[in-house]
Amino acid sequence: MVEMVNRPYASAFEKFAAGNPDILCLSADLTSSCEIDGFRDRHPGQFVSLGMAEQNMMSFAGGLGLAGFRPFIHTFGVFMYRRPYDQLMASIAYPRRKVRLMGFLPGVTTPGGMTHQSIEDIAVMRSIPNMTILETGDATEVESICEAADSIDGPVWCRVLRGSVPRLFDTPIRVGEMRELARGDDILVVTSGICTEEALRARSALQKAGLSIRHLHLHTIKPFDHQALLDHVGSIRHGVITLENHVTEGGIGSLVAETMADAGVGKRLVRLGLKDTYAHGGSRAYLMRWYGLDALALVRGIEDLVGQSFGIGEDDLDAARIDAVHSIVKAEAL
Amino acid sequence: MRNERTSEEVALGIRRRVFEHAIRNNGGYLSQACSAGEQLAWLYNEELKMGEPTLPPVPKPFGGVPSADNPGYHTGAGYNGPAAPDYDRLFIAPAHYALVAYATLIEVGRMAPEGLEMFNKDGSSVEMIGAEHSPGMEVHNGTLGIGLSTAAGLAWGRSRRGEAGRTWVFMSDGEVQEGQTWEAVQACAHHGIDNLYAIMDVNAQQCDGAMDTVMEVGDIRQKFLTFGAACVEIDGHDLDAMRQAVREPHEGRPLIILAHTNPFHTMSILEERFPRLHYVRFKSEDERARMNASIARDLGVDPVDYVH
Repeated sequence: MVEMVNRPYASAFEKFAAGNPDILCLSADLTSSCEIDGFRDRHPGQFVSLGMAEQNMMSFAGGLGLAGFRPFIHTFGVFMYRRPYDQLMASIAYPRRKVRLMGFLPGVTTPGGMTHQSIEDIAVMRSIPNMTILETGDATEVESICEAADSIDGPVWCRVLRGSVPRLFDTPIRVGEMRELARGDDILVVTSGICTEEALRARSALQKAGLSIRHLHLHTIKPFDHQALLDHVGSIRHGVITLENHVTEGGIGSLVAETMADAGVGKRLVRLGLKDTYAHGGSRAYLMRWYGLDALALVRGIEDLVGQSFGIGEDDLDAARIDAVHSIVKAEAL
Repeated sequence: MRNERTSEEVALGIRRRVFEHAIRNNGGYLSQACSAGEQLAWLYNEELKMGEPTLPPVPKPFGGVPSADNPGYHTGAGYNGPAAPDYDRLFIAPAHYALVAYATLIEVGRMAPEGLEMFNKDGSSVEMIGAEHSPGMEVHNGTLGIGLSTAAGLAWGRSRRGEAGRTWVFMSDGEVQEGQTWEAVQACAHHGIDNLYAIMDVNAQQCDGAMDTVMEVGDIRQKFLTFGAACVEIDGHDLDAMRQAVREPHEGRPLIILAHTNPFHTMSILEERFPRLHYVRFKSEDERARMNASIARDLGVDPVDYVH
């Protein structure tokens, strides 16, 4: 059974930031929801409350960056780029301020519906010059996201998991690299964020079906090591499949497609994720099943890729974790 | 640095340069020179504590945008001197006032007159809408309403670092239509940011015309007070009023000076173009010639001998 870690960001951020006067903790009225309430209480001098006023917060953070500070902005991801996109662009991205944008509730990890689910943030961030993009897929990555983000000379967009988070990896994020989780040679599976755990659930069933899977997990989406991916693509017999907690346009599916097309790779690619659709409010497991982001969707995608059915059903997959919607490790049911 | 000339003389010099530029180039941001001349003259010639420029008098060509691949990148802030702890910083929030701001830099000896010849020329850093890399600029403000927030963050940071220098913003009244302006003021009040100063050119004009016809904004001073700033209203062509206004006590709050101005001040013929004053492009050679003669007379100079 996978180890679950409660509120890994809370302790990791405090350990990282406390006592460093150049690091500031910015919040927009979602302090406990972003697990920085303890930090606020214990380190008030490094905490800057900016209220529900994200446009000002983004430009204000740009000004702090100009003064030599490295602000970590905490709020739900959607609230950091949809309304204040202009400020993100002009006050943070263009001048390469060292602002760390800690975006919580990536994709369908929230039952909050359209207004709370950042489903196209990676597409947006990938198209912003000077932006670095990191995504966490387990507790170890959440624990190392602060160091990783703060190592960047410029703005960084981070998709951060909160609450009860599984530990899948035992090494921290190394910016610019990718994790090689399996080294098979039939199919290349590329996943990121919470979808990596889903791919791991399908691993044994696919193995029993006789498929040799090569599995990559991406925590660094920009910058991206295109050659490393191409080497993997060149090492597999069939095609490539991507699975992401994001729309398939502009996310890691697009990233892989662009990399393959630029290099003239003639292998097939199946891109799984939100297919040109918004999601709605519901539990993570329900949403991942409904929108085809889970282990079973991956299996069906692989069957499509190889043109063969393996008869794998839900019962053949490793047990999924069922996250409680109401839990003491979350400030609210969002 | 040197202020051998009076601010009245500097303001007149700014208007003469903008006038000459506009006539030669068949148009320009003339009205902004009328309204803002005294404010920018006062800031640069008297009020702001700035060091010697760190960039060459003749601006370098465009040197690329900020990027990891462009290590030599720098902003145009060096025309305001070094970013030392004791020195003041200035943002020109309405970046379309750039022509007037560049003329000011020349009048106070921070930029060579040749700099204005590069205005809006391809490959030049002296851009029409002041960019980060344009002379006297430190941040991008072409998107109106972000200047005060950025300055608030900088001011908070400088205060935290114990720097004595103030952070100033030159603003335009149209910016009060943007919600971000009010978000900035409430954040300043909440965090007690009082090393932040703004002087706002209240000329009641915006791109579409007179502000009252585009979007009424009501009593700006009362709004600033309610949101938690200190706010003084003055005649924006009265330098003594500026000198007095900046002494207004504002502990724990930013100080906003509302400088009420006349968009045709010293160029009376511009009233013919009311209410479209945002950018005056001459409609005919006849209009250009009449404006040339009339404004030259107002400003006490010879008409510009431009290429017909």
